[in-house]
Amino acid sequence: MRRNLILGGLLSCCVVLAALVSFVWTPLDHTVLNIPAKLQPPGAAHWLGTDHFGRDIFSMIMVGARTSIAVALVAVGIGMGLGVPLGLWAAARRGALVDELIMRGNDLIFAFPSLVIAILITAVFGAGAVNAIIAIGIFNIPVFARITRGAALSLWEREFILAARVAGKSAVRISAEHILPNVMNLLIVQGTIQFSLGILAEAGLSYVGLGAQPPVPSWGRMLADAQTLVSIAPHMALAPGLAIIVTVLGLNLLGDGLRDVFDPRLRTAR
Amino acid sequence: MLRFVLKRFASLAVSLAVASLVIFAVIEIAPGDPAAFMLGLNAQPETLAALRAELGLDVPKWQRYLTWVFGLVQGDFGLSYTYRTPVSEMIASRLWVSLPLALYALGLSTAIAFPAGIYAAARRGRAGDMTVMGATQLGVAVPNFWFAMMLVLIFAIKLRWFSAGGFAGWDGGLWAGLHALTLPAVALALPQAAILARVMRSALLEVMAEDYIRTARAKGLSQRAALWRHGLRNALIPVLTIIGLQFSFLLAGSIIIEQVFYLPGLGRLVFQSISARDLIVVESVVMLLVFAVIMVNFIVDLAYALVDPRLRAGR
Repeated sequence: MRRNLILGGLLSCCVVLAALVSFVWTPLDHTVLNIPAKLQPPGAAHWLGTDHFGRDIFSMIMVGARTSIAVALVAVGIGMGLGVPLGLWAAARRGALVDELIMRGNDLIFAFPSLVIAILITAVFGAGAVNAIIAIGIFNIPVFARITRGAALSLWEREFILAARVAGKSAVRISAEHILPNVMNLLIVQGTIQFSLGILAEAGLSYVGLGAQPPVPSWGRMLADAQTLVSIAPHMALAPGLAIIVTVLGLNLLGDGLRDVFDPRLRTAR
Repeated sequence: MLRFVLKRFASLAVSLAVASLVIFAVIEIAPGDPAAFMLGLNAQPETLAALRAELGLDVPKWQRYLTWVFGLVQGDFGLSYTYRTPVSEMIASRLWVSLPLALYALGLSTAIAFPAGIYAAARRGRAGDMTVMGATQLGVAVPNFWFAMMLVLIFAIKLRWFSAGGFAGWDGGLWAGLHALTLPAVALALPQAAILARVMRSALLEVMAEDYIRTARAKGLSQRAALWRHGLRNALIPVLTIIGLQFSFLLAGSIIIEQVFYLPGLGRLVFQSISARDLIVVESVVMLLVFAVIMVNFIVDLAYALVDPRLRAGR
């Protein structure tokens, strides 16, 4: 039953590899406009065809992978960086005012339709990759805070934590040295899932023009460009769409696979 | 029960108050004065001051916040800066597109997910289950706006069964309206159906492992009969929660889908208002969406407490 892990890992690796390779090599320069060669279907010269400016789509997809990965990765980083400490804090002070405040704050962020707020933030502070990252990242905070707190709460009842408390360790040290390592598996699985959601969110924001700005290539904006031309050049829409699907599918499978590896009990329960 | 309702009601009020404060604050720190934006670069200071007074921008921020909130409570959303028409009217006319679209999509997603989830659970581990689960994995990974474009390409451009976009309103009759909303609704429903089918399946599998199912089997019910008679009803609880949550996703998700199909719904209203710096409209639409989400959650919570007495005492 390691199929998910292997397939997911392979797909994810392909995307990451494409992004990394694009730093040193792409089939053609993705910034070069070649109007006479515009809207060419996939072929030997252009593996995935060209867009309305005659740019090589395969090269753009490779470079676009960088944008997607960077945005989603930093957004997950923000979510983990703030959410995990908040969750640990809430669990350490379970039942206290701090716990209540953190959890109610989480509920509040959850109540905002994430896309609406992402649109709001990027619209108010200007469209761009950085604001897209912040917008997506904010919504990762409560996800990680909640999952960390939930897992940490049951850990706090365990004997080895009691032993640590008896040994005189502070709540901060216990959280860092004993709780955190024990919730790490959960966080990695959730991180993979949030990463794939981040890729989707970034694509959506760039599609409506609120993500990375030209000339930085992004899959979402390639789709926006393709929209008006979809009847004469469907390949322009197919390639970025499939790139998104492969990435998200790969990450989701990877997440499922990792969960099975970390927690075999879940596998039998399902 | 009364105690529970009152407690939930208090937290509802606090959530709404904080949400309104956050939305107002975010919009207020937005660069760009609406009045200056409307008059352009060469505006005289006196004209600018006059317009600011007319739009109510010259009073302190806290006062504007209070005016806005008290207006919202009374159903008065204020006047649009750009169009000088009541925001409530603008929202109402857009809601006639966005709300039916969200409901249509919700209906479709439920109609797809229920049979798929039940089928997969009944055939757990077999080829049918694998196929459905594989399809849902794919469904979750497909961006709905890309799926929308593919639908347009196939069903509007190639087959010409539907129009590629736009919405003529409900004056042409219910059928014409639904017809125009079909492709957007399908595009919205697909990822939600995939998620819902997975929830349905795992909820059913969890319930089917319960003792009372074994009892039902022991008294002679077939696996299938036990699933339909006892399993399904109990599995519905988590499924209904997800449906409640999905409604808000659909309402918000329609923002991007409306862009694909050029539908005159809330989403386009938000985008137009943002580019015109018509902040009062943006504020109100966002508040409305947040209100909808918070209310749905509130109602789902109450419904639970009604169904399951344990939840009342538990909190």
